[in-house]
Amino acid sequence: MTRRIVVLTAGLTIPSSTRLLGDQLADAVAAAVGARGEAVSFEYVEVRELAQDLAAYMTSGGVATERLAAVREQISAADGLIAVTPVFSASYSGLFKMMFDALDTDALNGLPVLVAATAGSARHSLVLDHAMRPLFSYLRAVVLPTGVFAATEDFGSTGLADRVARAAAELANAVVVAGSDHVAGFAPDPTARRRTSGNDLAPVTEFADLLRGHSG
Amino acid sequence: MQFGIFSVGDITPDPTTGVAPTEGERIESMTRIALKAEEVGLDVFATGEHHNPPFVVSSPTTHLAWIAAKTERLLLSTSTTLITTNDPVKIAEDYAFLQHLSGGRVDLMMGRGNTGPVYPWFGKDIRDGIKLAVENYHLLRTLWREPVVNWQGQFRTPLQGYMSTPAPLDGTPPFVWHGSIRSPEIAEQAAYYGDGFFHNHIFWNKEHTEQMVRLYRQRFEHYGHGAADQAFVGLGGQVFMGTSEAEARKQFRPYFDNAPVYGHGPSLEEFTRATPLTVGTPEQVIERTLGFADYAGDYQRQMFLVDHAGLPTDVVLEQIEILGREVVPVLRAEFDRRRPAHVPSDPPTHTTLVAAGPNAPHHLVEPARATASQGASA
Repeated sequence: MTRRIVVLTAGLTIPSSTRLLGDQLADAVAAAVGARGEAVSFEYVEVRELAQDLAAYMTSGGVATERLAAVREQISAADGLIAVTPVFSASYSGLFKMMFDALDTDALNGLPVLVAATAGSARHSLVLDHAMRPLFSYLRAVVLPTGVFAATEDFGSTGLADRVARAAAELANAVVVAGSDHVAGFAPDPTARRRTSGNDLAPVTEFADLLRGHSG
Repeated sequence: MQFGIFSVGDITPDPTTGVAPTEGERIESMTRIALKAEEVGLDVFATGEHHNPPFVVSSPTTHLAWIAAKTERLLLSTSTTLITTNDPVKIAEDYAFLQHLSGGRVDLMMGRGNTGPVYPWFGKDIRDGIKLAVENYHLLRTLWREPVVNWQGQFRTPLQGYMSTPAPLDGTPPFVWHGSIRSPEIAEQAAYYGDGFFHNHIFWNKEHTEQMVRLYRQRFEHYGHGAADQAFVGLGGQVFMGTSEAEARKQFRPYFDNAPVYGHGPSLEEFTRATPLTVGTPEQVIERTLGFADYAGDYQRQMFLVDHAGLPTDVVLEQIEILGREVVPVLRAEFDRRRPAHVPSDPPTHTTLVAAGPNAPHHLVEPARATASQGASA
């Protein structure tokens, strides 16, 4: 079974250091999954390309354009997510946040997420823990222990390559283990909440259940 | 098939002049719109209900009663009646009274209201929206169908020996629609009671509307009211017409660009492509509207939104004139041509409901329950 990982990057320029970090992480994850004898494929989402779709979504009461709906489907169907943002004004970029504001609140349930950020200065490194982790925790994703932060000075340093390798090993581990068979217990599993893209209707509740206790 | 106008009842400044109508002017404008609808041969006028600015439509039955007195044929409806924050007892009384005044020219559409701060003004909480819609509507049905009501629920004072007055005209409650944009629970509710389902349609892509209508149709059949394609479906539509497509776009664009809900967002062209909004010639409106049935199935009521975004009343009246004289006659004929014989053309009206007699399922609080027990005993 080939694992599918979405690499979502919110860089604005071409070429972008944010995308560059995303590529390095993807390469390292490919190597780590390959080392386990498993296959992995990557799908890239450049949030910049969705800028107008996201603005239309926000200003039309939540109607997703065709392109945005397709990306929402893609993210919810993935086995893992690598999310990379540039740091703007002490946090993730507004465009990066809009992407996650446009997802269903059940879109990332239990999804392994590798968080990463780029900035001009190492002084922004806590963005990973003060901004990105709370966002993904709220969305009930599983944020991996190692986040990767790259300031301009880090590109080309061996320290960054080490952190990339460690984070990639954690994501490889999470997506390979999550896909393997394991014995379920007898107790109901509250973590088994289904991921939904928000594009389709929620399953219908029998009206008798809705009416119970309300029929006078 | 029924065609009509539905209004949200908003006060929005005309973006080309910056001038907003007064509350009095807006109410007067809505009244003229309703009278124009009858004059040009449309079937239905429906008013929204809101209790906060920028809306004026807080008292639908007062308004509809006035319109009823000035019209002969026009069916009066709502878009929507707030089943969450209104007391079902007052809805039962007000709309039964309106039935008597209008000679039965009334139906209504239930909706929840999506503005959180409004709920507490009526002692309610928006987080209970679905539960309120379920409990209050069940009570409303009961009040219209049982002469003496003893009742206790979660949300209002219990009733002991309550008699709703006046009783519905001819002992026949009005037909009810349930409107919802994205809550499957409401499609399920409409299906359970065999009521109509209305999809606002106008801000949404057709795939979404299709999903909601399909769910309602399947569940309508599941609850034994008839085949899925016989369920009662209403759709919204939004049009602006001119002598040419370019002319219509030119005239409508400033209103579109500044409209509440979607203004300052997608372009007119994008929104026209993605949603049922049609800006063009009457022929284009006819073609687009006929296409709704391709994904929603043959349906019974088409409502048009024409009086929003600050459009001047004269322009709105002209639009209704074009709808009534040029568009709707063709739509009636074409929709009838494509509709199979076993699918009803019209939703139930007071006349057909009375004709069906007192033992018809319409007179049961829970017709689905009767159908299920018949099935069990057969």
